[in-house]
Amino acid sequence: MSLSSSVDSGSSVHGGSSVHSETVDSGVGVSPGRAVSGGARTAGFRQRTRLRLGLRGSFALNELTTMFGRIRNLALLAALAAIPLALGVAIKLTTRHPDGGGGFISQVSNNGLFLVFSSLTITLPVFLPLAIGVVAGDSISGEAGQGTLRYLLVAPVGRNRLLAVKGGALAVFCLVASFTVAVSAFVIGLILFPIGPVTLLSGESISFGAALVKAVIITLLVAASLLGLCAIGLFVSTLTDTAIAAMAVTVGVTVLSGILQTIPQLSSIQPWLFTDQWTSFADLLRDPVYTPNIVHNLLIQALYVAVFGSAAWARLSSRDVLA
Amino acid sequence: MSQPSPTIETYGLSKRYRGGQLAVDGLELSVPQGAVFGFLGPNGSGKTTTIRMLMGLIGPTAGRVELFGEPIPQAGNRVLPRVGALIEGPAHYPYLTGAENLARYDAADRSADPRTRKARIADALERVGLSNAAQKKAKAYSLGMKQRLGLAAALLQPRDLLVLDEPTNGLDPQGMREIRSLIKSLAADGTTVFLSSHLLDEIEQVCTHAAVMSKGRLVVQGTVAELGAGLRARLAVTTPDAAAAETVLKAAGGTEVHVEGDRVTCDADGLEPDAVCAALVGAGIRVFAFGVERPSLEDAFVALTGEGFDVAQ
Repeated sequence: MSLSSSVDSGSSVHGGSSVHSETVDSGVGVSPGRAVSGGARTAGFRQRTRLRLGLRGSFALNELTTMFGRIRNLALLAALAAIPLALGVAIKLTTRHPDGGGGFISQVSNNGLFLVFSSLTITLPVFLPLAIGVVAGDSISGEAGQGTLRYLLVAPVGRNRLLAVKGGALAVFCLVASFTVAVSAFVIGLILFPIGPVTLLSGESISFGAALVKAVIITLLVAASLLGLCAIGLFVSTLTDTAIAAMAVTVGVTVLSGILQTIPQLSSIQPWLFTDQWTSFADLLRDPVYTPNIVHNLLIQALYVAVFGSAAWARLSSRDVLA
Repeated sequence: MSQPSPTIETYGLSKRYRGGQLAVDGLELSVPQGAVFGFLGPNGSGKTTTIRMLMGLIGPTAGRVELFGEPIPQAGNRVLPRVGALIEGPAHYPYLTGAENLARYDAADRSADPRTRKARIADALERVGLSNAAQKKAKAYSLGMKQRLGLAAALLQPRDLLVLDEPTNGLDPQGMREIRSLIKSLAADGTTVFLSSHLLDEIEQVCTHAAVMSKGRLVVQGTVAELGAGLRARLAVTTPDAAAAETVLKAAGGTEVHVEGDRVTCDADGLEPDAVCAALVGAGIRVFAFGVERPSLEDAFVALTGEGFDVAQ
């Protein structure tokens, strides 16, 4: 499989050549007289340098360009980028109480890098799940609702391939959404606050460069924390043709999980909730890094991806597509 | 190898939706290679359900489907690239342009060569007359333009089979004519066309074969000529002297003579039209119009289903 170096999906290559020759060989296939005369024009087509990547062909690329070209999704990312700005300005205007609050927020005015940690802490419980819920809930149901699912299926995209591409694109969206918050927070932190060595939660001080590496890893952990939710959203999305319902359910599940977290009588099921260890990324700011909760979180996310990914596959592969 | 295998073949194909309604019942459809096959039936007679099963979008409750002799949906990834389809109207990404919509559908097909994609998209858009609107967002398209874009998607690659569900919906008369001539030119190139429609004259104008559905069952299928064969041509005279004309027609050996106002008709079988006309004029009857009327597909349809073209109960 390969991928065009330009982002232009119209000129990208994919590795379907074996399938293609199979089609042509299959007898009645392609006779020159009735070809849509496409081949004739390729001569004038500029051959570009192409990167060979292990991607699942150009449909994956098309899914990504469609996802990140859509105004709605860009608006979601813009809203996420605005949150660190609001937070940074609010802290800048109220720095008269350096002892107030506690946690990361109290440290932001001393070190701009803490705006990254604060922003991720604030967006992870609500705003990031909201954005993920919208995109994940829409992934299959949106196609079904507008009728494009049937045209993708008769193209034929293949149901398993469609699900794999949708799931992969959602994971990329998690990554992009998390880094949108982090990069925005980093830039605003640089502008509004002093920068210097970072004091860890365990008391030690590390250089700014080392702290930056930790910030990148933390952002990756936040993105990974959202994968379970992605899988839930993808599954819900295969159940209905109404995108808005799938979005609401996905966001609702996050809220419900958050509520269950606060009920002491449910302590036995709480370790299995996908939101349970969402705050574990803060453990990276200790020396030595306290790993058990981080590992627990990654295991929970993997479990949710496996369970709901399989459920989505079972549902989509057997589903009657009526819309 | 005497006969090439039919392009579409179904065996006892049935579909019962959840809720117990039997939408398609024991369908035995056979679409020969190279045919322009009209798929007729009132609304609610199971046409679309059948097409969904042909395309592997829904699974049959019983029976099976073969396209090009291969089972659907199992061989879908191999067979469907050879099929262009317009099902239940067009569907598009409203936030993408016409050309981007086609690029997405083309990318979904693993057998489509991305290197020729741009050229094929331009050609498909030109074939349906949308070149000028290629860079417009699909949400700005009119109903007719959306229909054309749907057709363009079906024409992205050279196809061996086109499945078109009501392809002229939403088109103006000029657009309908363009689509009909497009279908004719595709058929002339050897593409098998499966055309579902409720417009009988549309089917009559372009189709070589037809099948009629009624309440989920296949009433009849065959060539258009065969379908009309059960009905006889009629001699029709328009005259103010209806009573006298009736007498002359009966004397000439005409059977089943009917008088409706100034129109007198009889079974044309066994009559020489020129002799009858001469006899009418010889008897001093004022003939305003005279001719042999071939039965239309609509007559055949009503005779076969015993019903009008209403929603099935």
